[in-house]
This record gives sequence, structure tokens and C-alpha cells, in this order.
Amino acid sequence: MSEAVPPPIPRRRRWLLWAPLGVAAAGGVGFYAMLRGLSSGSYDPRGVPSALVGHQAPAFTLPPLEAAGLPGLAQADLIDMPRPVLVNFWASWCVPCVIEHPQLMRLSRDGVPVYGINYKDKPADAAGFLAQRGNPFARLGRDQPGRVAIDWGVYGVPETYFVDRGGIIRWRFPGAVTPELLRDDIQPLLRRYA
Amino acid sequence: MIAELGHYALALACILALAQAVVPIWGAQRQDAAAMAAGPALALGGLLAVGAAFAALIWCFVVNDTSVLAVVQNSHSQKPMLYKVAGAWGNHEGSMVLWVFILSLCGAAVAGFGTNLPSALQARVIGVLGLISLGFLAFILATSNPFGRIWPPPADGQGLNPLLQDPGLAFHPPLLYLGYVGTAVTFAFAIAALIEGRVDAAWGRWVRPWALASWGFLTLGIALGSWWAYYELGWGGYWFWDPVENASLLPWLAGAALLHSAIVVEKREALKLWSVLLALLAFAMSLLGTFMVRSGVLNSVHAFANDPERGVFILALLAFYVGGAFILFALRAPAMAPTGVFAPVSREGGLVLNNLLLCSILAVVFTGTLYPMFLDILTGEKISVGAPFFNAAVAPLAALLFAAMAAGPLLSWKRARPWPVVQRLWWVALAGLGAFLATLAVSGWNPLPALGFGAAAWLIGGALADVADRLALFRSGWRTAIARAGGLPRSAWGGAIAHAGMGITVLGMAGMGLATDRLAGMRVGDHVALAGYDWRLDAVEDATGPNWTSRRATLTVTRDGAPVTVLRPERRFFPVARQNTTEAAIHTTVFGDLYAVMGEETDGRAVIRLHNNPLAPWIWLGAAVMALGAGVSLSDRRVRVAAPARRRADGTQPA
Repeated sequence: MSEAVPPPIPRRRRWLLWAPLGVAAAGGVGFYAMLRGLSSGSYDPRGVPSALVGHQAPAFTLPPLEAAGLPGLAQADLIDMPRPVLVNFWASWCVPCVIEHPQLMRLSRDGVPVYGINYKDKPADAAGFLAQRGNPFARLGRDQPGRVAIDWGVYGVPETYFVDRGGIIRWRFPGAVTPELLRDDIQPLLRRYA
Repeated sequence: MIAELGHYALALACILALAQAVVPIWGAQRQDAAAMAAGPALALGGLLAVGAAFAALIWCFVVNDTSVLAVVQNSHSQKPMLYKVAGAWGNHEGSMVLWVFILSLCGAAVAGFGTNLPSALQARVIGVLGLISLGFLAFILATSNPFGRIWPPPADGQGLNPLLQDPGLAFHPPLLYLGYVGTAVTFAFAIAALIEGRVDAAWGRWVRPWALASWGFLTLGIALGSWWAYYELGWGGYWFWDPVENASLLPWLAGAALLHSAIVVEKREALKLWSVLLALLAFAMSLLGTFMVRSGVLNSVHAFANDPERGVFILALLAFYVGGAFILFALRAPAMAPTGVFAPVSREGGLVLNNLLLCSILAVVFTGTLYPMFLDILTGEKISVGAPFFNAAVAPLAALLFAAMAAGPLLSWKRARPWPVVQRLWWVALAGLGAFLATLAVSGWNPLPALGFGAAAWLIGGALADVADRLALFRSGWRTAIARAGGLPRSAWGGAIAHAGMGITVLGMAGMGLATDRLAGMRVGDHVALAGYDWRLDAVEDATGPNWTSRRATLTVTRDGAPVTVLRPERRFFPVARQNTTEAAIHTTVFGDLYAVMGEETDGRAVIRLHNNPLAPWIWLGAAVMALGAGVSLSDRRVRVAAPARRRADGTQPA
């Protein structure tokens, strides 16, 4: 840099001084669109839609967990069923899975078929989890590589899907099934699609 | 009755703010001394009115007046007194009143302490602050009346969110707001400078204390929030890159850049336009945070009830203040040519590097926070940008910043030679390298924490080297050094303390990089080994508090048979709010935290999560040291005695 006093900002670079306003204006327009979307329902920061809602489950066949003595799970099991079912992705290493476990047990006691997909877990750990806490599952597929979870678009375990009698996925919830969720979401769905 | 008086005081404050926005600025443009002198009086009047409204609101909470809607929704007669008071600002309406109250405190401070400012500058600053008050008071009165009544009054309130019933969180919002609102004062100074069309050394000197104070409070507020998340949420982490945490980090980064660039304005009359832009940016960022939290456009644990109508109002205010400021900037900036020149390697050069890096981090955090929202509105695609992105993008920039941070203060102004700096810092560099290698030797291949320990040693050592150099400790012995210590300007001490504080925080973060944890389903009598300690579950029992019941576990921690501590983590249940909270049990020593969280119980087993968090407390201690540095710098004599004021004794001269 020279020692001379620098000249004032040249005219051709003055447009740069408008750049902050440009960025702010673009941001403002975006925020306004979000607020409009919030009131019309087209923008919902809390919603986590699944591409699968309204569609059949993707094709898959999973081996059973031998130690649990339950049949495995495949796409064929999710077509033309007598009652709607819940498909629950879980793992023995996941803390919220422990939290939601009593709710799954309750559903199972009430006669709702809960199908489990054991995600990235060691068979011995999974069997130990079920032996220790009880088994809510009517069928249990073992997805050790986690490929089926990718096809379903699972965010993380636990994640629960509601599949109607025709095999169409109607609802999905990422996170632990709490007593409130059971009461406010799952039981109304069971009544609606019974 | 008290509630109506409070509402009336708010309306009165709104009218006073309107007068405060119009009269002093008009007076400054017309060189009308009487109109300008009305500014400080109006600012004090505004403070009285808003203060009365705020006191009325707290009164309603203290006596648990259940005919006031905000009390019903956020309080309960069984709540401890501290949380009844804190409940006044633990909700959207009340927190807006606190926001405006702090803003009028700042306005009154400019009126009271700003007597050495040229009267036109002071009038304009007070006028701009009045304009900001006006907007937010109108917002409160139009959309968020805290004194709304409910009839018939219910028997009792619905309680405050139990997560918020915590001493740390009671003081988190006021501190954070002091920081946020402090950026409004630097903003007002920047607008006044743009109206006058000139920025000089004196402007830098007047702005710096406000930038320092606001940055110091922001530091404390953010640290308190992070500490609260650490011990109350029970996840064992201290920073989650949640959008609202990021929203508080953005003005902190802009403020840090501003208080450094203001030094260059003051000493060298360079970086003037840039400093003005930073002052505008810092306030824009703190308004952006307000908007994001209160409009419902983002999904966060911190977000208030979502209400698009309020969002539109705040967005309009944002458009007016930020848009108006940037238009004024674009129109006025070409006239304000830089005068100071300097070589790339110089103190100014170092401060420019600091600004570039801080603003790069700001840009990364800003983009990462807003990108998912804008992608959603543009394409409908939902993505989440989380910790991996922020850590990967911020870490290299922070590493460069830390590298420069120790060397910068040792560079001389205008043009510096690198060799003397190397002479003063070689032992610091060795200490950093030593810390890096020692960590690798002790903990195995853990490059990031090792780099963190290296950076911490470098920063703390750099601060020591800076002080030692200024005291001429190695050149003339410790007697002379002690004699010189008294004469060293407090701002130099403050800078060194704040830099060392950053080093301490980095030390804590590096320690947390080596944290270990373990999840176990334990029966009473079970043992678990973690980090060389033996953790035994002795009991799980019921306990009760003033407005909660809990299940409490008792864990005895021993090391090689010797007792270390007894931890009692709890799961509390708040019947009024029907909500559970986890109370982590933490044993703190200088070496770190032993941390236990209790989870659900099933079949006689309790899920217990155990953490060993080495050096964790230093993260927040470092933040406190940074704020202390800001405080020491604020107490500098030169901040109070505004010597350059004489250079513009003709203060009433218009632009």
C-alpha cells in the first residue's frame, strides 16, 4: 500500500455500497414469504413430511432375529392386512427407544400389531434388550447394514410409521412415542383406519 | 388497577418516544439548542414511563393477579418468589417490555453520561434511540399487550415452563438483552455519524465503550445460556448450534469485530466506513434474532408461540430500521473517505485480519442458520444443517483467528517488523506445541482436542507475553515492571484479560473434546466403570420440592477405593405444567465435571447416563474472564475523559 492518502471511493465501485441493502432486501422478501406461508399452511418449520406418506412401503425383505423367535419382515407382509400396523425402527443402543418402549408394550397389549425393524444393532444386544424389557413386536426384521432405513427415509431411531390395511403409509413420526403422542395421534389414526 | 396503570405508562412512553425521535433530530438539523436539549429530558422521561410499566408488570406477577392473562399463562401461586419475578420476562409479552426497558435505560445513559458529546451528536443518537423505542412500543401496544385482562379470573395460573425455573435462566434473558440492546446504541451512533457525514477518531472513542459493554453483556448472557443448557437439559453438551443459539452468536461476532475496528478508527482514522457498517450489522443481527425467535419461522426449543401476525410487524420494523440504515449508508458512504494509511503487516493490518476472520465466521453461521429456511421456502425441501457443518466450517477459521490473536497485540501501529514479534512469542509457540504434543501423548490420536489445547496455551501465553512486553518485564526486571504496571492503561489490561479469557474457554472446549460417557440400565447395588472411576447406584427414592415431586438416584463415585463424591441426579415432575425435567447431578473440580443424569425406570432398573467432562467448567469461566476484560477496559480513564471532544468543540456544526 502506498503512503499517499488514498483517493475517495471510485464511482464505479460505489454500487458495492448498496450490497448490504440488497442482501437485507432479499432476506426480507424470503422472510415475508415464510410468514405468508405460515398463515396459509404452506410453510411449517415443525413439519417433517415423509415422501412415503400416501405411498406403499418400498420393497424390502429382512431376516428375522433368531434369538427372539419372531418371523422376519418383508414388504409382502405390509399388503392386504386385517388391521392397520405400526412399523417401528429401533435399536438397543438408542436412549429414546427405551423411553418409548412402555408405549409400544401398551399398544401390543391392546392388540395393535407392532412390527419392528432393528436398525444397525448386534443381534445379541437386540435380543438382550427384548428379553430384559419385554417384546412388543409381532414381527421383527433385522436391518443390520441400515439399507432399508435409507429406503424408508429414516432420520434416526426411533421412528414410527403407521401403515393402513391396504399397505399405504399414512403417518410417520421421528422420535420417541410418548403417552401424549399415543393419545393424540396414534389412537385417532387407529380409529380412523380401523 | 395496577395493570391499567402499567398499560397507560406504556402508552405514555410511546408518545414520549415519538417526541424523542422527532424533536432532538429536528433540533440538530436546525441547530436549535433548545430542541436539542429536549433530547436528554425526553430520554429520562421515557425511562420513567417504561420503568413504571415494567414495575407494574412485575407487581402483577408477584401478587399473582390472575385477572391478568400473562400471569395466568405463565405463573402460579406456588412458585418460588424468584421465579414469579423472572416469570414476568419469561414470556413473549413480558420479554418485550424488558427489551424496551433496557433500551430506555441505554437512552437515559447516553443522556446522563454523554454530556461530553457534542450536543448535535448526542441529540441525534438520542433521537435514533427514540425511534427504535417508538417502533417496539407500538409493537407491544398493537400486538402483545402484557396487561390484557381475563374475565372471570381463574383460581390460579398455569405455571411457568419448569425448564425455565432455574436461577441461571432467570438472569439469562436480562443479560442477553443488555447485550442485544447495547448494539442499538452503537447503531444509533453509526446513524448519527451517517447523518453528519463524518466519522473521526472521536467517534471511534465514543462508540467503543458502548460496543465493549454490549459485547461483554452478550458474552455473559450467551455463557449463562450455554451453562444452563449444560446442567439443565441433561444432554451433557454446551453448544448445539441451535438456530436461536446462533442468533445470539451473530451479534456477538459482529460486536467483537466492531470493538476491534473502533480501535483503528480511534487511533488511526482508518476503517471508518467498515466500522459504521459493522455497527449497523450488529444491530441488524440482534433484530434478526428477535424476529426469528418471535415470528415462528423456525423450529427451536427456544421459540416463543408462533404468531405470523407479530412476525409481519417485526419484519416491518426490521425493514424500516435495517433497510433505512443501509440506504443511508449507501448514500452517505462515498463522502467519508479513509484518511489513515498503513502497511499490511501492522497493528491495523492485524485488526483487519481479525475483522475478516470474525466476519467470515459470521457469514458461515448466518448462512448455515438461514439456508434450511430459505431452501424450504424456495423448493419445499427440508434439510437440517447441524453441528457437523458448523464445526467443520468454523474450526479452520477459528484456528486462523486464534493464531493471529496472540500476535496482533504485539505488532506496532502503521508498519511493523515481524522479527521482534517472533522474539517475544517463540516461547509461547513452544508452549502451544508442547501442549499439542502432550495431549497426543496422553490421550492418543485425538487431533482436534490436541489442537485445542495447543491453541489455549498459545492464547493464554500470548496474553501473558503481551503484558510482559508492555511492562518490559524481561528487559528491566520485575521491580520496574511492577512500577510500570500501575501506569499501563486499563484498556491494555482489558484486552490481554479478554484474550486470555478466550484461551481459557478454548481450554475448556478442548477438554470437552476428550469427554467420555456411558449409558447404563442399573439396579440398586450395580457398579459401572467410567474414566477410571467406579460409579455405584445406592438408592432410587422419591423426593418432593415446593412445586414438584421427583425420583432421585444416589450414586457413590469412588476412585481406587477412595470416595470421590456422591451424586444425586433427579427426574422432577411438575404437576401444574404436567412436565418432566431432568436435574443432572454434577461434581465440579478444577479438573472437570463428573456428571450423572437419571432417565426412565423400567423393571427395577434405572437408566443412568454418566459423563466424565474434563475441564468443562473452564468454558464458562473463560467467558466470565472475557466479560471481565471488557469491564476492565471500560474502566479506562480515557473512556470517561473524552479528550478528542475538543477537536470538535464546534459540535453544533451540521454535516
